[in-house]
Amino acid sequence: MSFRKFILILFAFFLLSCSEQPTGPNNQGVYMLVDTSGTYTKELLQAQKIINFTLSKLNPGDTFAVARVDTGSFSEKDIVYKQFFDDRPSMTNKQKRKFRDVIDKFIKTAKPSSYTDITGGILQAIEYLNEAGTRKKTILIFSDLKEELKKGFVRDIPLQLTGYQVIAVNVTKLRSDNIDPREYLDRLEAWELRVQTGEGEWKVINDLSRLEPIFN
Amino acid sequence: MSFNDIFLIVPNPFLAGLIWVVGIVAIMYFARSPAHLAIISVSRVIHNAMRLTSRAVMGAEDRLNQRNREVLLEQGREAVERIIEREFDRVDGTVRRDLSEYPALHRQLSEEITIIDDDYKESTEVPPEPPAWVKAVDAVAKIPGKDPMVASILEDIHISMVKANTQAIEAYRKSSHKRHEHLKTMMPHWRKVKSVLGQVDKNVTSLLARSTTIDRHMEEYENIISKTDRAVRSLSSSSLTQFFISLLVLAIAIGGAFINFNLIARPMAEMVGGTSEIMGFAINNIAAMVIILVELAMGLFLMETLRITRLFPVIGALNDKVRLRLVWVFFSILLFLALVEAGLAFMREMLMEDDSKVVAALTGTTEGGYADATNSYLWITTVAQMGMGFVLPFALMFVAIPLETFVHSMRTVFGLMGVGTLRAIAWILRLIGNVVRFFSNSLVQIYDLIIFGPLWIERIIKSKHAKDDAATDASSVFLKKGASNEL
Repeated sequence: MSFRKFILILFAFFLLSCSEQPTGPNNQGVYMLVDTSGTYTKELLQAQKIINFTLSKLNPGDTFAVARVDTGSFSEKDIVYKQFFDDRPSMTNKQKRKFRDVIDKFIKTAKPSSYTDITGGILQAIEYLNEAGTRKKTILIFSDLKEELKKGFVRDIPLQLTGYQVIAVNVTKLRSDNIDPREYLDRLEAWELRVQTGEGEWKVINDLSRLEPIFN
Repeated sequence: MSFNDIFLIVPNPFLAGLIWVVGIVAIMYFARSPAHLAIISVSRVIHNAMRLTSRAVMGAEDRLNQRNREVLLEQGREAVERIIEREFDRVDGTVRRDLSEYPALHRQLSEEITIIDDDYKESTEVPPEPPAWVKAVDAVAKIPGKDPMVASILEDIHISMVKANTQAIEAYRKSSHKRHEHLKTMMPHWRKVKSVLGQVDKNVTSLLARSTTIDRHMEEYENIISKTDRAVRSLSSSSLTQFFISLLVLAIAIGGAFINFNLIARPMAEMVGGTSEIMGFAINNIAAMVIILVELAMGLFLMETLRITRLFPVIGALNDKVRLRLVWVFFSILLFLALVEAGLAFMREMLMEDDSKVVAALTGTTEGGYADATNSYLWITTVAQMGMGFVLPFALMFVAIPLETFVHSMRTVFGLMGVGTLRAIAWILRLIGNVVRFFSNSLVQIYDLIIFGPLWIERIIKSKHAKDDAATDASSVFLKKGASNEL
């Protein structure tokens, strides 16, 4: 075997090994659902902290959207603000500042809704993130996970969450949960089952001082 | 069918085991001779195969060794030729610089000597001539009698003599003074002659030192040409030393390149974006790496055109005019890249500051407070980063020197490693062959140990047969003897 052939074979091996490596954008999409129903509006300041934390962790090329959960959440109108961050870091920083300002205004002016359509919000998040085409997809649900649907709304729909990470944050206990904690546990279990049935990954983070697992 | 079904020929396991043992031992006893032959022949086959393979490997090792030797001598020859060539260049430089002025020095020396000679002639002492009329004194002195006239004449002569003497002494003093003046003017000329001769001596001594160095290298060159073992050992040792030293320097250079990479990778995202990946690497990292590699390539070419390294014969073979133009081209590109890097380093600092402000604002710290706290010392790191961004490309340029040494010495080191590996393989093969050979002898003994029972019985039967045969032989001899006696 001549030296030239040897080099050619080595090069071929190099190309083959390279083909296994991912090529394309290595970005992340985060869609955050903020429950604005009833008394949960009091928790919006916590939501602001989570949004700011998420903004500080996102990189150029990522995308982030914040949507409210109200009576009918399967709608673009419920998206408070969405942003595809620019490739350039300097522009990304400007966009993050603007995002923060918009969220600050929203937190101050948010009104409580009568119903809580979490499923509609998740369906909207799936649609948004699929369209964004990000490599990693995360849905943050800032809610007590108590779904209350208006009469006539059909939400018994299986969720397609392959490749998705669904994280419930700040799942507060209701008064009824205190009377019977099984309600709270059943609620969490039901959502976990629903997400895992849709081949998604389920997480719950209630300690807001330890939000790093969102980006792990 | 399980193992138990096969094993339990009879319901009692002990009995079944015993039957199996007896059966196996019986089979082994009857198959003893062919089994021994099979074991020995297989071991012989393996032993011979290992021996032959080992010999082939040693042959390859010998060829590789020979090849290494040739390469080493060739590289050594080239290196010594370069050194000798450089020494001759230096000698040429010395001759051109110093000895080209020798005719002028010679002329200067001749002129100085002529001046000294003239001065010397001028300074020679000529005794004053006595006055011509002194002979008349003798004649007057020989006049007989005591004539007062004669005494008066002699008195006058004496006065005249004293006067003449005084004048002569005065004249002599003047001429002596003049001679001393001449001798005084000779001193600077002597000093100049001494200085000129000292300069000539220095030049000649430097040439002699160079010639000694050339002699030493020539001796080394002759050793290499003669392909002596001493030359090979010396070159091999030198090559190993150079390999490890160049490896160390290259490791340091890689560290420098890594710092350089970190300086420009982040700001490159502003130019090419930082989100896409190619083959698992972020595109801005690839762009930064490409810039560093281009700088390295320019540095290599610059060192090559300056004839400091000789990695590319094509560049070395260019004529001097084109080569010098290329020097400027490569230097300009390198300078441009260094300036770009300095700019990127500045931008990096700006971006980091902006990032810090955004994170501070999002996590609750006010932007203004942060900026006030950092601005007082920020310029130091900014200037340091810009300086590093500018200097590192030029520092990396010198990687060409250890790289050349590494490439050249690597051939020798890999060759030595190859020889060592082949020797080890040959030794292992021979070891395996011998182990198999002696193990087969042990296996034969173990075989016999297993069937020791039948062998023991066989030995008893054989010895009994031998006794019977001996008794039969003895009785037949006795009968024969008796018959012969009767006859």
